[in-house]
Amino acid sequence: MSLLEIRSLTHFFGGLRAVYNFEQTLSKGELVGLIGPNGAGKTTVFNLVSGFYQPTQGEITLVGKSILGLRPHQVTAMGIARTFQNIRLWNTLTVFDNLCISQHHQLEYGLLHTVLRSRRFRENEQRVIRTAEQMLDILNLRHYAMEYPKNLPYGLQRRLEIGRALCMRPALLLLDEPAAGMNPGEVDELIKHIKWIRDEFKLTIWLIEHHMRVVMNICERIKVLDFGETIAEGPPSVIRENRRVIQAYLGDEETTYA
Amino acid sequence: MRRFTSAASYSLLCILLIAAAHGDWINAYIQIVIMFIGINIILSSSLNLINGYMGEFSVGHAGFMAVGAYITSVLNVWLFTSSQVFGPALLSPSSAILLFPVTLLAGGVGAALAGLLVAVPSFRTRGDYLAIITLAVNYIVKSSIENMQVIGGARGFMGMRGVVNSMQDVVNLPWTLVWVCTCVGATIWILYRFVNSTYGKGIIAIRDDEIAAEIMSVDTQRMKMIAFMLSSGLAGIAGGLFAHVLGYINPGTFTIMKSTEVLVMVYLGGMGSLSGSVISAIGLTLILELFRPLQVAKWVIVPLLLILLMLFRPEGILGNRELTDVFPRLRRWFSLQERQP
Amino acid sequence: MELQIFMQNLLNALQWGSFYALIALGYSLVYGVLLLINFAHGDIFMVGAYLGFFIATFLLGQYAFGLPFALDPTIIFIITLLFTMILTAGLGVTIERVAYRPLRRKGASRLYVVITALMCGLILENGNLALLGASRRSFPELLPKTVYDVGGLALSNTKLLVIVATLVVFVLLETIVRKTKLGMAMRAISYDRMAVPLMGIPIDTVIVFTFVLGSSMAALAGVLFATTYPVLEPYMGALVGWKAFIAAVLGGIGEIRGAFVGGFLLGFVEIFVAAFFPSTLRDLIAFSILLVFLSIKPTGIFGIARATKI
Repeated sequence: MSLLEIRSLTHFFGGLRAVYNFEQTLSKGELVGLIGPNGAGKTTVFNLVSGFYQPTQGEITLVGKSILGLRPHQVTAMGIARTFQNIRLWNTLTVFDNLCISQHHQLEYGLLHTVLRSRRFRENEQRVIRTAEQMLDILNLRHYAMEYPKNLPYGLQRRLEIGRALCMRPALLLLDEPAAGMNPGEVDELIKHIKWIRDEFKLTIWLIEHHMRVVMNICERIKVLDFGETIAEGPPSVIRENRRVIQAYLGDEETTYA
Repeated sequence: MRRFTSAASYSLLCILLIAAAHGDWINAYIQIVIMFIGINIILSSSLNLINGYMGEFSVGHAGFMAVGAYITSVLNVWLFTSSQVFGPALLSPSSAILLFPVTLLAGGVGAALAGLLVAVPSFRTRGDYLAIITLAVNYIVKSSIENMQVIGGARGFMGMRGVVNSMQDVVNLPWTLVWVCTCVGATIWILYRFVNSTYGKGIIAIRDDEIAAEIMSVDTQRMKMIAFMLSSGLAGIAGGLFAHVLGYINPGTFTIMKSTEVLVMVYLGGMGSLSGSVISAIGLTLILELFRPLQVAKWVIVPLLLILLMLFRPEGILGNRELTDVFPRLRRWFSLQERQP
Repeated sequence: MELQIFMQNLLNALQWGSFYALIALGYSLVYGVLLLINFAHGDIFMVGAYLGFFIATFLLGQYAFGLPFALDPTIIFIITLLFTMILTAGLGVTIERVAYRPLRRKGASRLYVVITALMCGLILENGNLALLGASRRSFPELLPKTVYDVGGLALSNTKLLVIVATLVVFVLLETIVRKTKLGMAMRAISYDRMAVPLMGIPIDTVIVFTFVLGSSMAALAGVLFATTYPVLEPYMGALVGWKAFIAAVLGGIGEIRGAFVGGFLLGFVEIFVAAFFPSTLRDLIAFSILLVFLSIKPTGIFGIARATKI
């Protein structure tokens, strides 16, 4: 069975049609790209999948179960994690706490256990801390564990945000422009890391990206959106040659060179 | 060892205080000031949970205090004393000594339920609009009590002195002081453990970025509900204690003015600093008592002092740090930061 | 008959709402520019009423050092209004300069500025109480009261004055905000706080201007209030101030239209609740309506929920 299935997804903001008849199927272990010019509706698709918006029409299922009507944290608990286009870390909490809190849905205790520091509390807390510590090592951020995210260099903040999403142990990871604002060296590293993460954590990754180098290098399949509609899909080699994609990105030849 | 030093030293302090009060080494006035300090510590640290840790702006804390004060007082007077309003005592007055914590808790639960009036709107409303809702709740509570003639309406409610006396008849101890000490300890203990757990830190995540918190697996509605109910419940307990320290309450006590006082303590101590809340509650209560002889001028001089203080320390006394962050040496005895990777 | 009672209440509500609207305006203007709930504003209204009292009694020659010539009460009223507005505006600006601006410069959290505002309000209230004592003062009657009979409705000249003045102020402010350079700068700041200083707009001038507008409107409300209900006491600003703030939020804080509509709405609710229920229930019902309203429309009538982009 496919991991994520999106059928005829349509979303309106008032009278504006942000996404129209969007279809996507992701199988386990795939690395798929979603590209398109600014304002094409890419992030809206991610917001719909993560439960932040409810679609006007359409169906989204994760391993056969519909996620429509669920609140974002419930979608997260089902196994979809994401990062944000503009970094949204918790800046008054330490790097370490950022990694712990994203495991909130896995806590099996409530206020009473918290106050009494019961065995269940201690076991849960130990598990959370162990996961966060492992993640610190994986991200190579142990040195910054007690630092506040806003004091980290930009590239590390991006890395931390991916780590925070990974702490949730998702089945599907949505990356919203992970390479935004990175210099070429950092982009090269990111390409390596994304592939490694997919293999190490046995994830499915779906990413939005503007850096063509990232998309063409790592994605197995790519879908192209323009004004909310799908204009092309296929492997990178096909997308690269697609006329409509080139038009959408560069405009019509006549208007461009007129 | 270090785990117990704070609990042990606090217990020792309480025992000393109670012994001093029992042996009449400190006079009644000082005892009352000490109890007010305790009540203010409960109020400011519980409000800090909302205004500091969760980053909302609640300006109606006195409303929840009123709910707790009235529920506890009415229950106690109804159950343990013979009064004109409720007739003869329902239970024997001597059972007050056992059931006082129960009625105190009932007041807390009632106040926590009143906290739902703010918690539910907070799912959709944030910031200054939520501040208005808390303000409205404060007025609604005060106005409701004024309209309930059974419990005295605007004239107020009394008879709690009798309850305290009947407790002292059984075992001769300064019972209000005992319970104030207990509740202060419990409040700090609960709040400290809450905000130092992954679970409780969820509300700090809400303050920093609510959208990210919700998408990153924090059930924000549930956490807001817990924070508001915990905070208002503790305020209710403070109210119950307050009623029994004074022996008389009226709705005019629980106005925006009282809420403002608590608000000042929170911001003076520092948003998101428990030790700051405690320090500023002690400091402000003492200053207000010291300036009492100035009468009206007190309310000119104290605000002036506070404005000056804020100009020098625009983030409160401790900011969002704890005492042990400022004086690391204290860590040898107290640990205020539990987790380190 | 029923209709007549209704219309009479409507008139009363318009007048009562006018006071709320004029004060709410000050909250809204300052909030729009600084995102600051200026909790001292209710007390600025109180100070306005007191200043009006002292100026009026001085002009009426009730002190040893009076004017050498007598003035017509109507002229005294106008002079009083003018000077009160100027002086109160000065007070508002002083508070801004002394208490708020230094905090802003130090980059304090805006909630600390709010607390400072609360403290300033306390100082004004209790400073007044300490200086002048708790005795109430009665505002002199400058405009001889005449009651017109309009189709069976009693319409006094003060009522008319209050309502008309509020409407004039509304039109005037809308024009200032839409047509003048400073007004446009005020709106620009509420759209984008970061860009405005970069565009070379003198932000401090705009802030001072905002406080001048807000405080002088509070002074206007103070003098009009004192003319209608001629009893002055130090705490008169506290409750009216809190309620006007609620009116501002009800309308959508930061919006001039919102302040007026919210003010009138709160006036209507209060007057009509008092007309049909025991007056002790007035606050209870008025605030419950507010609670329900904000639960349904969390940003007030004209407030727009800023869509968060992620």
